[in-house]
Amino acid sequence: MPIKSAPVEVNIGPQHPSTHGVFRMVAKIDGERIVDVKMVVGYLHRSMEKLAEERTFTQNIPFTDRMDYLAAMSGNLGYCLSVEKLAGIDVPERAQYLRVIFAELQRIASHLMATGTFINDCGAWQTPVMYCMRDREKVLDLLEMTCGARLTTNYMRIGGVAFDIPEEFLPALDRLVNDDLPYRFEEYDQLLSGNEIIMMRARDVGVVTPETAINASLSGPMLRSAGIAWDLRKADPYCVYDRMTFDIPVGYNGDAFDRMLIRIEEMKQSLRIIRQAMHDLPGGAHKTDVPLALRPPAGEAYSRVESPKGELGFYVVSDGGPAPYRWHVRSPSLINLSVLKEMTVGQTIADAIVTLGSIDINVGEVDR
Amino acid sequence: MLLTIVTEHWWDIRDLSNLSAKIAELIDAAGGPHWLIFVVTGLLGAGGIIAFIGACAVINIWVERRVVGRMQSRLGPNRLGPFGLLQPVADAIKLMQKEVLQPKTASGLIFTAAPIAFTIPGIWLMAVLPWGRNMVLADLDVGVLFLLAASSLGALAVFMAGYSSNNKYSLFGSMRAIAALVSYEIPIVVALLGVVLFTGTMRLSGIVLFQEHYWVPLLLLQPLPFLIYFISISAELNRTPADVSEAESEIVGGFHTEYSGMKFGLFYAAELINAVVVSAIIATVFLGGWWMYKVDEVVPGWMIFIGKIYAVYFLFVWTRGTLPRFRIDQLLAFAWKWMTPMAIVNVMLVAAEVLLWEETGWSAGLLLPAYVVINNALAVGLIVAFVRVFAPKFQRFPTGLRMYSNIDVPALPAVHPADAAPVGTPAS
Repeated sequence: MPIKSAPVEVNIGPQHPSTHGVFRMVAKIDGERIVDVKMVVGYLHRSMEKLAEERTFTQNIPFTDRMDYLAAMSGNLGYCLSVEKLAGIDVPERAQYLRVIFAELQRIASHLMATGTFINDCGAWQTPVMYCMRDREKVLDLLEMTCGARLTTNYMRIGGVAFDIPEEFLPALDRLVNDDLPYRFEEYDQLLSGNEIIMMRARDVGVVTPETAINASLSGPMLRSAGIAWDLRKADPYCVYDRMTFDIPVGYNGDAFDRMLIRIEEMKQSLRIIRQAMHDLPGGAHKTDVPLALRPPAGEAYSRVESPKGELGFYVVSDGGPAPYRWHVRSPSLINLSVLKEMTVGQTIADAIVTLGSIDINVGEVDR
Repeated sequence: MLLTIVTEHWWDIRDLSNLSAKIAELIDAAGGPHWLIFVVTGLLGAGGIIAFIGACAVINIWVERRVVGRMQSRLGPNRLGPFGLLQPVADAIKLMQKEVLQPKTASGLIFTAAPIAFTIPGIWLMAVLPWGRNMVLADLDVGVLFLLAASSLGALAVFMAGYSSNNKYSLFGSMRAIAALVSYEIPIVVALLGVVLFTGTMRLSGIVLFQEHYWVPLLLLQPLPFLIYFISISAELNRTPADVSEAESEIVGGFHTEYSGMKFGLFYAAELINAVVVSAIIATVFLGGWWMYKVDEVVPGWMIFIGKIYAVYFLFVWTRGTLPRFRIDQLLAFAWKWMTPMAIVNVMLVAAEVLLWEETGWSAGLLLPAYVVINNALAVGLIVAFVRVFAPKFQRFPTGLRMYSNIDVPALPAVHPADAAPVGTPAS
C-alpha cells in the first residue's frame, strides 16, 4: 500500500520566539523542506499614517520613534528632513553634526541588536545577544544622557535637535568610540566571522540575487549583501555625510552570512564617522526657531535616509494647514521582507528562521 | 596507623559500602534471612542514588544558570538566598503551582507517561556506575551494554511526548529526535566498543580497575572515542550544539511545546539529570571514575567521582553557552560522515593494538605509552583528514567584503520624461 504524504501547513508566528514580534509566516512544509510561504503582516498595525493627518507636524515626531523602535533616531531624522524640505527650513551646522552623531550611534545600537538576535536565531543559547546587549546599553546610556530616553528618543526637531548635548557627553562618547567599542567589534569579528557552525548555518542561506534585489527595491544591508554598492549616505548625502570619509561594505553572495559581516563592518564605519563628526563639531545654535504649529506651504516632499534597515523614506503632502494632508512612510523592513518567499522556498524550517533573522525586520516598522 | 584504624570502621566516609557491609553483618548476627541482606542494602543504595540524583537536579538548575550567566557577562540568579542558591526552590514551587494544561486532542495516557518515561532511564543508569572500590549498587557484567540500552530510552519518551501532544511543532521535534537517535546511536556504540576492546571487560568497575591498574585514564588511550562519545551524547541529550529536537528558535519548544506546570518541570529536571548521568558515564569510562593516581587513598573515591562528574558537566554547560545549533541535516551528516567512520577506524586500530599486546606479551609499561602516542596521533590525523575531505563547500565567491568609498550614482534625467518636449511630429 503506498503511503500517502501531503505537505503540512505550519503557522510560524505570530506568537513564535523568532519572528521578532508578531509577524506570521504560513509555511507549507514537506518533511523539513518549505514548499510555500505565505506572509501575513498587520498584527501590529497602529494606523500611524492616518493618525498623523490629525496632528501637527511637530506632534508627529513621536510616531517615528515608535515605528522602528530599535532605531528611533533614524526615524526622527528622516521625518524632520522631509518637513524641512517641504517648508524650506535651514538647519544650523551644529544640529546637522549632532544629527549625524546620533544617527550613527543609533545605527550601532540597531546593528548590535540585529547581529545578536541573528546568532540567536542560528540557535546559540542567548550568549551573543547578551554580549551585544551589553554594548548596546552603553550606546543607549549616551542617548539617555542627551535626551532622557533610551528607546523612543523623540530627539530631533524640525529645524534642529531638541536639546544641546550636556557637558559630559563628549568625553563619554570619546571613551565609547575610541576605547570600548573598537575592541568589542574586533572581538565579534573573531568570534562570529570565522565560526564554523555559523558559516554552515548562514552561508548560502537566504540568497538574494542582484536582480531580485533591484526588482524588489531592497535597500540597506540586504541590497549591499547582493553585491550592489548603494548607500544613501553616499548616493544622496543628507546632513553632513558628504564631508565624512567612510567606506561602504558590499558582499559577494547575498546570503545571510554576508549580511552579518556587513552589519559588523558598518558598525566599525559608523565609529569612523562619529570620530570625524566629534572632531569637527562646530559651536552655535542647536536649533532654528520654528513655530510649533508649523504651516508649510502647500506641496509635497520626499526625503530619505539610510536607516540601519535600509532606505527609510518619508513622503509628506501639505495643503497649507498645520497638519500634513497625507503622510506616507516607505519602511525598509516591509520592503525587505517582501522577498522572503523567494529566499525561503526550497530551504528547511531552520533556514527560514535564519533568513528571517538576517533580514533584520522590525515589526513595528513593517506594520506601522 | 590512624588511616588503617579508620578504615576498619563502618563510619569511614572513604568507602560508604562499609556501611552496608556492617548492616549485612548485623542482619546475619541477628539471624535474619539471607535475602533480607540483599533487599536492605539494595534499597539503601537505591535510596542514596535517588537522593543524589534529586539533589543534582535541584543544584544543577543553579549551577547551569549561574555558569552560563557568567559566560554571558551577567550575574545569573543572585537574589534568593546566599548566591541565589534558593532560586531552584523558587522555580520548583512556581512550576508546581502552575496549572497543568493538556490539549483536548492530546492522547492522555501517553501524554502523561512521557515525562515520567523521560526521567526514569537516567536514574537507572546511575545504578551500574561505581562510586568507590566496592561502592557499586549493581555491578553488572554487561554494564556497558546496559548503559547503551538505557540511555537510548530517553528518545522514546521524547517521541511519546511529541506524538501524543498532537501539535505540529511537537511532531517535528520528535521526528528530529528519532532521526538523531538512529544516527548517533551507531557512533556511540562503536566508540564504546573501542574502550571495551581495550579493557577487555564490559563491567564498569572493571573498566575503572583497568585504568587504576595501568595508571592511565582511558581519555589518553582513547581520545577519539571520548570526542565521539561527548559529541554524540550531546546530540542525544538535546544539549545546545545539537538540540534540534527542542530548538527553541525554530520549533518553539519541540517535543515539550504543549507541556506546562510540573509535567514540563519533569522534562526540565530530567534534562539536567541526564546531563549529570552522562557526565558520570564519561567520568567513569574515560576519566577513571573514583580512581585518581594516589589521591584516592586520601580523598574518598566518591568525592573524586563527583568532582569528575562536575568537571565534565562544566564542559557540557560550556558548549551550551558557546555554540550555535546545527541544522538537522547537518547534524545527521555529521554522524554518518564523520563520527561513524572515525569510530570504525578507531576500533580497527584498537583491535590491532590489543592483538599485538596479547600475542607478543610485551610489557604494558612499554606498549601503553606507545599506544597513547599512536592513538592521539590518529585522532589528530583523522580529524585533520576529515576536515580536508568533508568540510562544507559553499565558496561560490570569496568570503569577505568589498569596500567602496565612492558610489557611481546613475544620473537622473534633467527633465522628467512626462514633462519633456515631445519628440517627433505630432499627428495633424
